[in-house]
Amino acid sequence: MSPADDSSDSSSLLPSGALADRLWRWRFFKERAARVAVGWGGMMVIVALILIFVYLLYVVVPLFQGASMEEGGSVTPAVATGDPLYLYLEEQNQVAMRLAGDGSILFFRVVDGSTVDRVELPLTAEVTAMAAADPLTGVVALGLADGKVMVFRHRYRQTFPNDRMVIVPQVEFPFGEEPFTVDAEGRAVRRLAIQDNEEEATLVAAVEGGVVRLVHFAKESSFLDEDEVSLERNDVVVPSRLTEVRWVRLNLQQHHLYLVDDLGQAEFFDLRDKASPTLLQRLVLSPPGRRITAMEFLTGGISVMVGDETGRITQWFPVRGGEGTQKLTRIRDFDAQRDPIVAIAAESGRKGFVALDARGRMGVYHATAHRVLGIREVAPAGASHIALSPRADGLLVQAPEGDLRLWHLHNEHPEVSWSSLWGKVWYEGHEAPKWLWQSSSSSQDFEPKLSLTPISFGTLKAAFYAMIIAAPLAILGAIYTAYFMAPGMRRKIKPTIEIMEALPTVILGFLAGLWLAPTVEANLPGIFSLLLLTPLAILLASWVWYRLPHRINGGVPEGWDALLLVPVVLAVAWLCFSLSKPVEVAFFGGDMRLWLTSRGIDFDQRNSLVVGLAMGFAVIPTIFSITEDAIFSVPKHLTQGSLALGATPWQTLSRVVILTASPGIFSAVMIGLGRAVGETMIVLMATGNTPVMDWSIFQGMRTLSANIAVEVPESEVGSTHYRVLFLAGLVLFVFTFVINTLAEVIRQRLRNKYSSL
Amino acid sequence: MSIRAWYSSGTPFVWLTAGAVSISVIMVVGLLLMILARGLGHFWPAELHLIEYRNADGETQTLLGEIRESEQVPAVRVREAGYPLPDDAPELVTRHLFKVGNRDLYGFDFRSVVGLGITGESLPAGATAIERRTWGNFYGFPVRLEQGGEVIAEGDAVWEKLPPLVERAHALHEEIRDLEQRQIGAINYEQERVRLAERRLELEGIDDPAARQEIAESRAALQARFEALQARLAELREQEARDTLVMRSADGREVPVALANLVRIYRPNTMGVMEKLGFYGSRLWEFVSDEPREANTEGGIFPAIFGTVMMVLIMSVLVTPMGVVAAVYLREYARQGPVTRLIRIAVNNLAGVPSIVYGVFGLGFFVYFLGGNIDRLFFPEALPAPTFGTPGILWASLTLAILTLPVVIVSTEEGLARIPRSIREGSLALGATKAETLWRTVLPMASPAMMTGLILAVARAAGEVAPLMLVGVVKLAPSLPLDGNFPFLHLERKFMHLGFHIYDVGFQSPNVEAARPLVYATSFILVLVIVVLNLTAIAIRNHLREKYRALEG
Repeated sequence: MSPADDSSDSSSLLPSGALADRLWRWRFFKERAARVAVGWGGMMVIVALILIFVYLLYVVVPLFQGASMEEGGSVTPAVATGDPLYLYLEEQNQVAMRLAGDGSILFFRVVDGSTVDRVELPLTAEVTAMAAADPLTGVVALGLADGKVMVFRHRYRQTFPNDRMVIVPQVEFPFGEEPFTVDAEGRAVRRLAIQDNEEEATLVAAVEGGVVRLVHFAKESSFLDEDEVSLERNDVVVPSRLTEVRWVRLNLQQHHLYLVDDLGQAEFFDLRDKASPTLLQRLVLSPPGRRITAMEFLTGGISVMVGDETGRITQWFPVRGGEGTQKLTRIRDFDAQRDPIVAIAAESGRKGFVALDARGRMGVYHATAHRVLGIREVAPAGASHIALSPRADGLLVQAPEGDLRLWHLHNEHPEVSWSSLWGKVWYEGHEAPKWLWQSSSSSQDFEPKLSLTPISFGTLKAAFYAMIIAAPLAILGAIYTAYFMAPGMRRKIKPTIEIMEALPTVILGFLAGLWLAPTVEANLPGIFSLLLLTPLAILLASWVWYRLPHRINGGVPEGWDALLLVPVVLAVAWLCFSLSKPVEVAFFGGDMRLWLTSRGIDFDQRNSLVVGLAMGFAVIPTIFSITEDAIFSVPKHLTQGSLALGATPWQTLSRVVILTASPGIFSAVMIGLGRAVGETMIVLMATGNTPVMDWSIFQGMRTLSANIAVEVPESEVGSTHYRVLFLAGLVLFVFTFVINTLAEVIRQRLRNKYSSL
Repeated sequence: MSIRAWYSSGTPFVWLTAGAVSISVIMVVGLLLMILARGLGHFWPAELHLIEYRNADGETQTLLGEIRESEQVPAVRVREAGYPLPDDAPELVTRHLFKVGNRDLYGFDFRSVVGLGITGESLPAGATAIERRTWGNFYGFPVRLEQGGEVIAEGDAVWEKLPPLVERAHALHEEIRDLEQRQIGAINYEQERVRLAERRLELEGIDDPAARQEIAESRAALQARFEALQARLAELREQEARDTLVMRSADGREVPVALANLVRIYRPNTMGVMEKLGFYGSRLWEFVSDEPREANTEGGIFPAIFGTVMMVLIMSVLVTPMGVVAAVYLREYARQGPVTRLIRIAVNNLAGVPSIVYGVFGLGFFVYFLGGNIDRLFFPEALPAPTFGTPGILWASLTLAILTLPVVIVSTEEGLARIPRSIREGSLALGATKAETLWRTVLPMASPAMMTGLILAVARAAGEVAPLMLVGVVKLAPSLPLDGNFPFLHLERKFMHLGFHIYDVGFQSPNVEAARPLVYATSFILVLVIVVLNLTAIAIRNHLREKYRALEG
């Protein structure tokens, strides 16, 4: 039964009774539903827009969070004998190794302390020194009281019986299962350092009496069996003048040797020629009277972290000076801890480290970022040893009572800090602190250099050159179009210029990169004379037109001068380009590019000039359109009043119109700037995308936006690089948002002013 | 009439401002004309020049090809480039960019030819250009036609025998393509679905012998169909390989060109204007309707046009309701106050936020966050291969919808604001509810404004490339997002886009010189697509405005 049937008999066409009631309820329901739906929908859309900012922030925030540490409990190995010499925690944080002074190696499970394996080293005398090579090699050496050295290697294999991972530790003896002699006279080995790689191994031992011996093994694998290695041993004495060597530190590459005594007097030897260690430098690593209490390499074996008794940790690394010399240089200090540093452990993949002090407090640091990520008490005062697992997420501390404390470390993005993003950073291998953006490289032990300064600089540089081209053209053009141009012409000209706004920037970028850049390169003199001559030619044309008899210049109605100038501009352009080559031959030896380069001005084909022209082109319609509106809507009675008082049109324009519209013009420029800053495709295609910091018009740049477009697809989700790129996006977002808000507020105030006039 | 009077009248400044307008207009018009000329000029058959050329080593070579560009360069640069010029050479010399084709013989398509080194030049009537599916163009002279190894025509007689054979080769090629892409593609798609169905059963822990039986049966059936098609394909390939045209290059080498590899063969030097026009049309049609070849540097751009239009359509479907609802809320339901004004300014400013920022947001939020969660919930059987957790057309459209949302909101709001109060009040006075007033009177009257917003949104979206590079565009998509396989519309697929095609071919292609004309042509098409989309929408808007004019009056 439909409502129509029901009401057909009644006298009124309107429904009545129960039906009207039902209809009313249905309409009321619709009304309510619409209100709720629109309210919800509208709010959701607005929330979605706010979400952009929130989400970018959500991705970026973890960059600036410090490290957090969680206690994993205390564990006492089932059979712990002797004093601990060395602790190691393998990658999965499941099995740990404890090397004791009696020469026993104990592998135990971290959760309950139960023994996995135990190996007794066949020592011939008491242990007097211990050294571990780079943790990834697992090589450890023990110096003995009879001048011998015992070397072993510990390894962890992952096996999967029954689909569960089981770690199987192994001990190997790459240099023989017996200790070998280092000091023929049998003096005790006091201090020791070792490094081992595929081709060679080096061992440096300071023996009783101040002699420092270096033993070098050259490795030669046999033709038949890759695993069978023959060793060729060479012994040298290192010419050290230190009376008592406290630290012997040999870097991963086995090229640098540091000998340091208690008070920080240090000797820096070059070991590239193992037969004759050369002293490069003698220096003091700590302020007078301060004792050095810990010393360790960062990963990569270039930086040395030196901890002293006041809790200060100093980073040093060799810096290339003039004439190929190297100087160990103090790079940066960390002053976060107050007690003597007992042990330093470096991370394996990053330039981070942890430092334990005498009160049992541990600091988590990142060297390059100059960042203290957190300090926390991890063991009672007197803790002595610390082991950081290769993934830097687990930590084992030897407490004085003999038990071990396990800590879980969450430290996702230590390499980024405010200062590393914006300030100059002194990277390993560089002569001075620099701003660098270099996010990836082919080499493996590469440290990403993520400074946003050079790419922000590039962004501003590109915008600057674009504005130099666009602002005068657009503003002057808008003034003429709004104020002088005949209405009939204005109706055609305005949309023509505004059409450019819809022109995809990828087309502009393509033309800039593949057509404009080579053209500019081939016609440099022409381009510069064009920039210079066009205004002059226009003035000349004006003068000539002014001097023409009235019956000629009176024939063109007012407001059509722009049309007259089209052939003038075209003629100038043609003249400049056809004279470009002869000028180049006459004044620049036929090749201006070469001429520039020989005068020390680097020239890129895709340079700022090209970007300025192309991006200027993209920005012109934005500025033009808003400026034109601002000038056109200046109330007519203002201009009429001025003209009526006898001012010329130009006087009226410059004293009345522009003054009134200036906030509008300003906001047009701001909005144009916002567009230039965020433009991606043009800069991506029209520059070489090299992150250089240089104002030169003949050099390219890398901008924030182009950088994001190039690197985001390749970056690993959630990695530091990924988050820094999101930060670059956030910077762009905030920058343009602030600029646009400013422009918008100014425009609104202008509109109010107009309406009150 | 002095300089002073001229200066104080302000005329020079007025003329300077006029000059700025002229320069801007010249730039805009010049740019459009250049794209037009270069984009459309490419399809015109160029004459083949046969030249005797003394190369940098002093040897004389015979070259056949098209002159692509000529320019005047200072003699110094030519000498620097390693070409010896006589001492009495002028300061400026002509240099041509000469397309010699025959990449299989020379290893490159283009040569730089110094005008002074040309000792003889002619336009031989028999000079023949062949467009090939691989190895680019071949320029030379036909020698003989072979069928299954036997010579069936020699010299000029080739031209009589050739057309039916070329037609046959094209027909076979079409059939092979249909088999490979459509039929075998469909079977591959079915096979993948069967595999996913099986994996799903496995994941859900269902051990149903009937289901397993069914899967095995459908798999066997698909395999059988696949093998039948494979056999047919092999047969066609064999047939296709029957005919070969032996060509002689300018330097006298004989090169066999299989007709299977031939797209088009023509003698540009003997073609009349009408013939050239017809040829031009067919090449232009191929360009817009065919698929790309040779790493996008040859062939057509149909998938890119299709992808662009598809993405813009999906985006429009998403952005219109969102934008309209938000605008109606802001204008009709929300309480007007400082908060609403703040929101309005914020929405306005979002239009000025760089598009790449939206791209970053789209990649992080839509692709990795939303897409990743959709995959875990609904497509666990395909993991670890992502279904929606990877850039695709849906995410690209959604990102662009967010990007263009402010435009639609602002424009719709303006339309709503312009509707006179009296109309609303009249409707309410007649007893209509607020929703009814909105639905029956206000929204229809505001529809031209909504349409304007949508036009602007579409124009912006079609030309936007930077965010798409992050959320779904690829240089070569194996299949279109819309095809004959259920469910027909594949929102998770990656797609090609005109703007990205320009970037990719112009800057990432190995053979930029050869691809350049194609990039101009693509640019022209992109401009055209944007203009056509705009004009269509403007026409709709005008029509609607006409329709509601009576109401407004």
